[in-house]
Amino acid sequence: MQFTLNGAPVDVDAHPMKRLLDVLREECALTGTKEGCGEGECGACTVLIDGASACACLVPFAQAEGTTIVTIEGLGDAHPLQRCFMDEVGAQCGICTPGMIMSAYVLEADASLEDIRVGLAGNLCRCTGYSAIYRAVIAARGKA
Amino acid sequence: MTSVGKSVSRKDGIGNDTGRTRYADDIVLPGMLYGRTVRSTIPHGTVRGIRFGFDTAGFTIVDHRDIPGRNIVALIDDDQPFLVERAVNHVAEPILLLAHEDREKLLAAKVEIDYDVAEPLYDPERSTQSFKHITILKGDVDDALARADVIVEGTYRTGHQEHVYIETNGVIAVPEDGGVTVYGSLQCPFYAYKALKSLFGPDAKVRVVQTETGGGFGGKEEYPSMIAGHAALLALKSGRPVKVVYDRVEDMVATTKRHPSIVTHRTGLTRDGRLVAMDVDVILDGGAYSTLSAVVLSRGCIHAAGPYRCDHIRINGQAMMTNTPPNGAFRGFGAPQTEFAVEVHMERIAEALGMDSVTLREINALEPGDRTATGQLLRDDASARQVLDEAVHRSDFRRKRDAYRGTNKGIGLALFYHGAGFTGAGEERLKSKARLDLTDSGVRILVASTEIGQGTRTMHAQIVADALGIPYESVDVAPPDTALVADSGPTVASRTCMVVGKILERCAMEMKQTLDGMSPAEYFRTKGPLSVVMEHVPPDWIRWNDDTYQGDAYPTYSWGCDVVEVEMDLDTYEVRPSHVTVVQEFGRPIHPALARGQIEGGTVQGLGYALLERVVMKDGAMANATLTNYTIPTTLDTPELDIVMLENHYDGGPFGAKGLGELPMDGPAPAVVNAIRHLGLDLRELPAIPETLLACNSL
Repeated sequence: MQFTLNGAPVDVDAHPMKRLLDVLREECALTGTKEGCGEGECGACTVLIDGASACACLVPFAQAEGTTIVTIEGLGDAHPLQRCFMDEVGAQCGICTPGMIMSAYVLEADASLEDIRVGLAGNLCRCTGYSAIYRAVIAARGKA
Repeated sequence: MTSVGKSVSRKDGIGNDTGRTRYADDIVLPGMLYGRTVRSTIPHGTVRGIRFGFDTAGFTIVDHRDIPGRNIVALIDDDQPFLVERAVNHVAEPILLLAHEDREKLLAAKVEIDYDVAEPLYDPERSTQSFKHITILKGDVDDALARADVIVEGTYRTGHQEHVYIETNGVIAVPEDGGVTVYGSLQCPFYAYKALKSLFGPDAKVRVVQTETGGGFGGKEEYPSMIAGHAALLALKSGRPVKVVYDRVEDMVATTKRHPSIVTHRTGLTRDGRLVAMDVDVILDGGAYSTLSAVVLSRGCIHAAGPYRCDHIRINGQAMMTNTPPNGAFRGFGAPQTEFAVEVHMERIAEALGMDSVTLREINALEPGDRTATGQLLRDDASARQVLDEAVHRSDFRRKRDAYRGTNKGIGLALFYHGAGFTGAGEERLKSKARLDLTDSGVRILVASTEIGQGTRTMHAQIVADALGIPYESVDVAPPDTALVADSGPTVASRTCMVVGKILERCAMEMKQTLDGMSPAEYFRTKGPLSVVMEHVPPDWIRWNDDTYQGDAYPTYSWGCDVVEVEMDLDTYEVRPSHVTVVQEFGRPIHPALARGQIEGGTVQGLGYALLERVVMKDGAMANATLTNYTIPTTLDTPELDIVMLENHYDGGPFGAKGLGELPMDGPAPAVVNAIRHLGLDLRELPAIPETLLACNSL
C-alpha cells in the first residue's frame, strides 16, 4: 500500500484488513498512536487522514492507499500545542495526549471554548477533567 | 530559587506530548511471545475438564500445576489463586494461560472447559461469608437515641465503578539473570514483587520495573500482581519474553472495581439540629476474594459519620463475599461510598427538621478540639468550617437555592474530609524508606513511588531541591525498579506527597548537613559518592488501637466542600451538571498546577460516578464492558469547574502539605444527589440515571 506518512511517501506491506492502528504501531514503529478501546470511543488513536481526524482503530489498512496520513510523530517535538500541553499540565498520565493533540490540531485558529469542547468530545481523558486541556489549547491558539 | 509552591515544568518532559513516551504495549522485545488468559465463563462451580480445540504445537500452555511456589496472590488474606485449581468462584477467573508468537493464532485458539455448576450468590445482604467486620464505638448510642428529640433513618446505595484508565493493564515478563523481570503498568512495584516471590518461592530471583503508566486510580494497585504472575509463568516456561496486554473488554470484565455499598443511618437529633447519636451500618460487596476489602471497609467505616461532631456513635461494617469478580482499590477507597450516604442523610435530616441544610452543617461541622468517631482529637489544621463557608459564599448558595425553586434547576452541597496516608497503624507497619544519592551533577531520588500522571516525580524533586537548597533541575528521579530503589511503599492512600515526600525531605536535610556548604557536584568530585536512606517516622503523638478502633486513624485530614448546580430535562429525566464550585484544603500545594489537576480530574470522576457510570451486572459479569456502553464524562458532560485551594499547613508533611489524591472523589456524588433532591426527587442512590430518577418518589 502506498501512501504519504508524516510528509514522506511510504510503501507498506500489510494485510488490507489489518487495522490502520496496528499497521502504524507495528509495521511503521510509530507507537505514539495509542489504543484505548478498539471501538472508536476514546480517541486515543486519533490520526489525520487527508487532513481530517479519524480513529485509526476503525480504519482498515486498505483505505490508506493514496492518502496522506499524519500521526503525532508528524508534528515533531516543538509544535505549540505540544509545548502548551506541557506548560499547562494538559497531560497527566499522557496516554490520551497524542490523540487529544491530533484532534486539537484540526480546530480552527480562532476556536472558542465551546468549539474546543465540541471538537474534543470524541477524545476521553480520565485524569484531567479536561480543564487543563482547554487551557493548553487556548494558550496554543494562533501560535501555529 | 525555591520551587515549592511554583508550577515548575514536569520532570516527565515533553515525551507525553510528542508520543515518544513508551508504555508497556509500545515495547517490543526480540523473540517476544504474546500471552492470553483463558477465563471461567461461570460464576460458581468446579472445573471438570479442559479440552484443546487447536494444534498445540508452537504454544506455551500453563496451568496451576506449573506453579513452583504458592498458588496465591499474596496481599492481605491468602485466598485468591493465580490460576484455578478446581473451584471457580466468579466469572472471568483465570484458569489457563497460553502464549504464542503469532497474535492471530493465539486469539483463534479454542479452549473448551467443562464445569460442574453450583448455585451463585450475588446479593451481599444474603451472603453469610464476611471478609471483615469492623465496629467503631463512641459513647452510648442506644441511650442517646432513646433521649433524642427526633430520629431520622435511611438507607443509601451505590453501585460499582470502573476505573477506565485509558491505558489498559499490561506487562512484559522477561526471563533474565536466572530469574524473571516484569516490566509493567502498575502502581505498586513491591506488591507485584511480593506476589512473584510467593508464586516462585523465596529463593527465586525476581525484579519488577514500572513502565510509564497510563492512569491508575487504584485500578493498578493490586490486580497487576496477578497479571505479572501470569506473564512470568509463561516467560519462565517458554524461556522467552511474554507480553500480556488486556483489551478493553477483558480489562473491564476481569479486573477490580469500586465496591458497591449499602449504608443505613439511624440518627438522633435535638430539635435545634444538634447530632446526638449516629448509628451506621455499612455493607460492602467484596466480590469473590478478599483482596483489599478489609482495608477499604476500614477507611469507609472511619469516614462513615462524616465531618461531624457527635458524642454517641456506633459504626458497624462488613465486607461480604459474592460470586462476582473481586472489587478492589479505587480512588477514595471506601470513603466515597460512606460519605455519599452521610451527606445525603444530612440533607434528609435538614428536610425532616425543616432546617436550612447549610445551617445544619454549620452547627455540627467538626472543629479543632473536637473528637472524631474514633476519638481522635482534631488539631488546628481541621478546616471543615472554612471550606463550608467559602463554598457557600463563593457559589452564592443560599440565594440560588431560593431562586431555583420551582424551576428545572437544582443546587446541592456536600461537606467532606479524607484521611491522608495508611489507616491506623498501617504506616507504622509499612516502615517505608526513601533513598537519596549524590550524582556528579546533583542528586537522584530512589523510591518505589510511581508516576501515574499525578506528578510524583515532579513533586518529589521539588521537595528535595528546596530542602537541599539546590536548583530543581539538578534533581533526577530513578525509575521505580525493585532492584534499584528503596521500598517507599505503595502509591496509594494519598500518601505519596505527605508520607514519602516527608521522608525525602528528611533525607535531603541530612544530606545537606553532610555536604556542609559544598555543592553536590563539588562534594561528589572531591569526596565521592554519598547515599542517604531514611525510614518513615510517624508523629510521636499518634496513638491507634487496632482492636478497639480507637485513636488517631490518620495523622491528618484534608477537607472539601463541593457545590453542584444541575439542570434536568423534564421530559427525559436526564440531569446535567451546569456548574461546580470546589473548595479544598490540603495543607499546601507543592505544585499548584498539578494540585489543580488532581482536583479537577477527581471531581469529574466523581461527577461520572454520580450521573453516568453504571456497571450492569448480569449473571455475575459486567454486561456493558465497553466504552460505548459504560460511559465516562466527555468534554460535553463536564461543566465549568471553579476551584479554590485553601491552605492550612500540617507540620508532619513536607513544607506543610497533606494528602490530596483521593479527597476530590468524595464530594461530587452527594452534592449531585442533593441537587436532585432540591429538584423535588427523593433520590438515595447512585448512579442518578434517568431510569432511577423516574422511579423516585416526589418530595
